[in-house]
Amino acid sequence: MSPDLVKTIFGRLTWDAIPFHEPILLGTFAMVALGGITVLAALTYFKVWGYLWREWLTSVDHKKIGVMYIILAIIMLLRGFADALMMRAQQAIAFGDAAGYLPPHHYDQVFTAHGVIMIFFVAMPLITGLMNLVVPLQIGARDVAFPFLNNFSFWMTVGGAVTVMLSLFVGEFARTGWLAYPPLSNLAYSPDVGVDYYIWSLQIAGVGTTLSGINLIVTIVKMRAPGMSLMKMPVFTWTSLCSNVLIVASFPILTAVLALLTADRYLHTNFFTNDFGGNPMMYVNLIWIWGHPEVYILVLPAFGVFSEVVSTFCGKRLFGYSSMVYATVVITILSYIVWLHHFFTMGSGASVNSFFGITTMIISIPTGAKIFNWLFTMYRGRIRFEVPMLWTVGFMVTFVIGGMTGVLLAVPPADFVLHNSLFLIAHFHNVIIGGVVFGMFAGIVYWFPKAFGFKLDPFWGKVSFWFWQIGFFFAFMPLYVLGLMGVTRRMSHFEDHSLQIWFVISAFGAVLILIGIIAFVLQMVVGYLKREQLADPTGDPWGGRTLEWSTSSPPPAYNFAFTPVIHEVDAWHDMKQRGYVRPTTGFIPIHMPKNTGAGIILAGISIVVGFAMIWHIWWLAVASFVALVGGAIAHTFNFKRDYYIPAEEVVRVEDARTEALRSLA
Amino acid sequence: MAHAQTLTEAGETRFHLTEDHHPENGTLLGFWIYLMSDCLIFAVLFACYAVLGRNYAAGPSGADLFDLPIVAVNTALLLFSSITYGFAMLSAQAKKVPATLIWLAITGLFGLGFLSLELYEFHHLIHEGAGPQRSAFLSSFFVLVGTHGLHVTFGIIWLVTLMTQVAKRGLGVEMKRRLMCLSMFWHFLDVIWIGVFSFVYLLGVLK
Repeated sequence: MSPDLVKTIFGRLTWDAIPFHEPILLGTFAMVALGGITVLAALTYFKVWGYLWREWLTSVDHKKIGVMYIILAIIMLLRGFADALMMRAQQAIAFGDAAGYLPPHHYDQVFTAHGVIMIFFVAMPLITGLMNLVVPLQIGARDVAFPFLNNFSFWMTVGGAVTVMLSLFVGEFARTGWLAYPPLSNLAYSPDVGVDYYIWSLQIAGVGTTLSGINLIVTIVKMRAPGMSLMKMPVFTWTSLCSNVLIVASFPILTAVLALLTADRYLHTNFFTNDFGGNPMMYVNLIWIWGHPEVYILVLPAFGVFSEVVSTFCGKRLFGYSSMVYATVVITILSYIVWLHHFFTMGSGASVNSFFGITTMIISIPTGAKIFNWLFTMYRGRIRFEVPMLWTVGFMVTFVIGGMTGVLLAVPPADFVLHNSLFLIAHFHNVIIGGVVFGMFAGIVYWFPKAFGFKLDPFWGKVSFWFWQIGFFFAFMPLYVLGLMGVTRRMSHFEDHSLQIWFVISAFGAVLILIGIIAFVLQMVVGYLKREQLADPTGDPWGGRTLEWSTSSPPPAYNFAFTPVIHEVDAWHDMKQRGYVRPTTGFIPIHMPKNTGAGIILAGISIVVGFAMIWHIWWLAVASFVALVGGAIAHTFNFKRDYYIPAEEVVRVEDARTEALRSLA
Repeated sequence: MAHAQTLTEAGETRFHLTEDHHPENGTLLGFWIYLMSDCLIFAVLFACYAVLGRNYAAGPSGADLFDLPIVAVNTALLLFSSITYGFAMLSAQAKKVPATLIWLAITGLFGLGFLSLELYEFHHLIHEGAGPQRSAFLSSFFVLVGTHGLHVTFGIIWLVTLMTQVAKRGLGVEMKRRLMCLSMFWHFLDVIWIGVFSFVYLLGVLK
């Protein structure tokens, strides 16, 4: 074939894109391929494809979608953490003559992928998954407002993750850092596919994130059970609402700014170039107008989890419910007027820097109020140190330290010294691990019995907690020290041997965290093996206070046979106090949404669009884009989207539960 | 209503409904929130234009390039299309399928007219060497106006889809809801265009 024809067919995709010469990547590929083939073979052997497709992949049930989000997050956590281990190992050995095992070209991809994966494909799916699983149950709804859109959002998030993973084996990932600042990320300095993988994976996942934000806002606004006024919503639902408002109000900015970078790279426009009037600082401003709210998108739901966990495991109503709600709302608003603290050194001048420094410090006030509320809830409470409570206490200690280093960084003159140093790296890992990760783990352990009907193994849960907690301090406290000594981030090699010991301690901490992650997975495996022993037949294993604990574990497809009516903040606690008797007769048919394969198909086509754009395979890009629009239109012609669960089916399910509850008593 | 639901007829506190619970449909609220998120995308593009709009890089400025009569016709086409969409909605409320379809078709034609004029303008500019690559000003101009144009394009595709569905299924609750969503979308694009017209074209020519 002539070279022109090959180029037309394959764009810039050639055999060189496959990393045959990189033993690390080849090994990873072999492992992933082997693992993948084993899983596919097992699925085929046990004939579960049909079941998977009908019950999970095409499901519009918010509980199943929530579970799938969390599975995606845990898988991507393993990938992102592998990147972290590689960086820690490299920095622990690459001193003086020793070059380490990762060349800069590879190292730069590793730190970029680590950041992108951990934020977009671990933290985001964790919070979206938990919100999906819990919010409809907490507000007494049968599903979310737009069940199909929910399924579609999930698959678009998977689509983004798949695109990132593809870059590991076909081509390369960006070498720009997780926010891909131009001019480095622009065509002149990053002409290859790395940044394109970055852009398209985030754009595909971003569609899903924005839509699921809209979906959950409408769900919370419109579908609360009768009697649940805004100030009677559970705190987790409140924080979810605020988090989703932030999603809808900030992700479009990310979409737009990445689209402009795309225009620069594909159409040779001059938004962020250094010449023809372009302005790279515009990019930095815009991406942080998304990026700072993003931090609160992640941490607010975690705050919600801690609020639920503290009040449940202290056996008390949450201290200062209204102040908690107001603090959440204030954080939501303030998170929009602090973005410039990410680049005090850009040179905006003293008055602008002072304004953003002060607004940043003000955010610590509502956050501090929350910490005190949790402490006062614990005060004179009957505290049970179950695993979710351990994560919560660990969070309170760790997060406060991270918060204080944050206030330190908010002082512009101090920031001029610490900017871009390992002090910053230590700070944001301190708040993201201590806040978001601990919060999501607390939430997973807390709500796992609701989703699956049995508790996780507490022994391995505790092992996981202690290794994470201690490992965190070993891994990141040395980075504070190094940062204060002036070591900058993103270095793959050092000359000064006196620094090495700190990096070795940090690498040791990373290994402790690795054990924590293994124990986290083990608590699920062991929990599953001991599921008879750990079973939750009551539906209320912890003595919960909110509505999700009033139904069975796992809940029936319709969540509640009858929509609950709410009188108090802690609705289920109130019902238990007032001797509520579960209805056992009079069941009626229940109106539910139907499953559909449209979501997974459209997301699959989106991956093709992204891949074709990345590799400049124009014919495929056009064809798959037309297919995407056509597929979406075809889906709108499907008007049969709902059905009724017959009353007999409801009676059967509810009678089984009545029987189970009777045998307990 | 909420209060009545919390008590039984006998006046006792009740903890669950015994009848089927149908929460209000959230599609219009959801779509409105989507429009606000779209509005933010335009806000970013306007902000870029505000910052970069005078970075001519020794190339042509808006005063050199913009042809106001064409833009005036374009604006008129889009504003009229909003009115005709309004007539389509009135016909839909009155359950008149043929009238609805005719007004929708007229709206679509106005939209196509708008797009053709915009494409003509773009073609003309690029032909003159004032393409999006020429300067940051032109990059931000083309992307802002072009994004609006892309929205109109998708609006027209959507319009044709809905016309097909109205012709097939008539004007039930579902179809009216869909028409209402597109109506919001179409008027939203009008509002954005008024911003583009005043901020980009009028101010651009004044300088």
